[in-house]
Amino acid sequence: MSAAADISTEPLVRVEDVHTYYGKSHILHGVSLHVGPGEVVGLLGRNGVGKSTTLKTIMGLVQPSHGTVMLDGNAISGLPPHKLAGLGIGYVPEDRRIFRLLTVMENLRVGFDRGGVTEEKRRALLDKAFMYFPRLAERRNQAGGTLSGGEQQMLAIARAMMLEPKIILLDEPTEGLMPRMVSQIRQIIEVLHKEGVAILLVEQNVPLTLEVSQRIYIMEKGSVRHHCAASEIKVDDPVIKQYLGV
Amino acid sequence: MEAVSQFIQNIPLDLLLIQTVNGIVTGMILALVASGLTLIFGIMDVVNFAHGELFMMGAYLGVLVMATTGSFWLALIIATLMIAILGAALQILTLRPLIGRDPLNTILVTFGLSLILQNFALWEYGPVPRKLPEPITAHFNLFYLQYPWYRIVIAALSAAIIGGFWLYLKYGKFGIWIRATTQDRVMAQAMGIPVPWVYTGVFALGAAMAAASGVLFGPLGSINHTMGLDWVLKAFIVVVVGGMGNLGGSIAAAIFISLLEAYASIWVSPAQAVIVSFIVLILTLLFRPTGLFVATPK
Repeated sequence: MSAAADISTEPLVRVEDVHTYYGKSHILHGVSLHVGPGEVVGLLGRNGVGKSTTLKTIMGLVQPSHGTVMLDGNAISGLPPHKLAGLGIGYVPEDRRIFRLLTVMENLRVGFDRGGVTEEKRRALLDKAFMYFPRLAERRNQAGGTLSGGEQQMLAIARAMMLEPKIILLDEPTEGLMPRMVSQIRQIIEVLHKEGVAILLVEQNVPLTLEVSQRIYIMEKGSVRHHCAASEIKVDDPVIKQYLGV
Repeated sequence: MEAVSQFIQNIPLDLLLIQTVNGIVTGMILALVASGLTLIFGIMDVVNFAHGELFMMGAYLGVLVMATTGSFWLALIIATLMIAILGAALQILTLRPLIGRDPLNTILVTFGLSLILQNFALWEYGPVPRKLPEPITAHFNLFYLQYPWYRIVIAALSAAIIGGFWLYLKYGKFGIWIRATTQDRVMAQAMGIPVPWVYTGVFALGAAMAAASGVLFGPLGSINHTMGLDWVLKAFIVVVVGGMGNLGGSIAAAIFISLLEAYASIWVSPAQAVIVSFIVLILTLLFRPTGLFVATPK
């Protein structure tokens, strides 16, 4: 698996020279990156460098003022988020954003109860989610807001999986979780990768990101400063120190 | 003093009971009107000033359909469906372009719509009030009164509509979409829920509930172009007292206020009894501004 190999074929998601503003503040200064089909790509950087905004821009939650986002070779910038979800982009936001008053089951149902999904398929999706996250099965009738932080994270990932996405935008999934939960999240990333789901992973946890990703991008001040294969870089690499060291 | 105690002693128990039945009947219609209002507010953050006019248009359409088909129940169904379609069209044309703007814009728009609908009704149907005949003319004996069964049917039907709607919110696919959108509209979109259409659907549902209550209430009063005003004012009071956007609270508040008014009209004229609802509103705003029937403020 080399960094260059994926570029020859059309990537699943391509972000090209994207500029994004929140009101008057210029957040993304020409971000370009790509994620190949089934590839896990890490997006590293300090707080506030625009990692989450990059994900939001791909999801259509923020509109870029300049630049394009492509999915499967088609420009998708300007499409509403619900269309993008239908096209195969799953989104797991930083603050999880569980529907707090909906039960675990209802949270999942939002994802799998859509046109063109047969009863059989629904069952299969649900079985899969409950197989990966047995804890959610136990709590299926509990309101989402009553779950622990780790359980909410699992629910957020399971919910995105219900859309059968081609890519999941995963925003700091291990933030604030206990080590045991962190290793569960790592496992689920590996499982998703095996199933051929691409992941764009925003993380503060550098060792985890280097371990699960094939390639990484490092951002600073709203643009990508470094791009390499995850295997080419170590946790104590000077580049990591330069862009991520405290 | 003597006269006062005499007065109180003279209130017969049967009168209290009759007023309880009256209060519940009015309360259920009011609950149906208010449910639509609170639904639209709770989900879209839109204070719909045209709600009373949708109620009024429902009643007029009921009269028209009744005149051509002769069936009250058909009139109820057709008027409800037509106003649902009208509501959807109004939402798409006027409110959808305003999503994300200052709420003041939507207030102006719905107020404007209410004026247009009112004057349309005046122009189209004239100033002479219309009547809808009662579909059920049977009576039963309530003490010395011949109480019309139709009123009991209204209360039951309103309860059934609200109950059906509640079940739909709880178990229906669109119901879950509605609740998800209420809680987090951004995440709802990211999960593939077409939020703009959820808004349209909700507005149509609210309009349908207003129209259904308009037709149901039709036979109890006269139908004219300003009939929506009284109801919507009271529905607003109910929505505030019940807790903005809280469906259960609105229903409880509708029955509570209607019962209070019914009891008050034992002593004062019904027109004066309306004051009771304003007193409840003021006390609620002073002491429990999040709503009387809200367990824990959001």
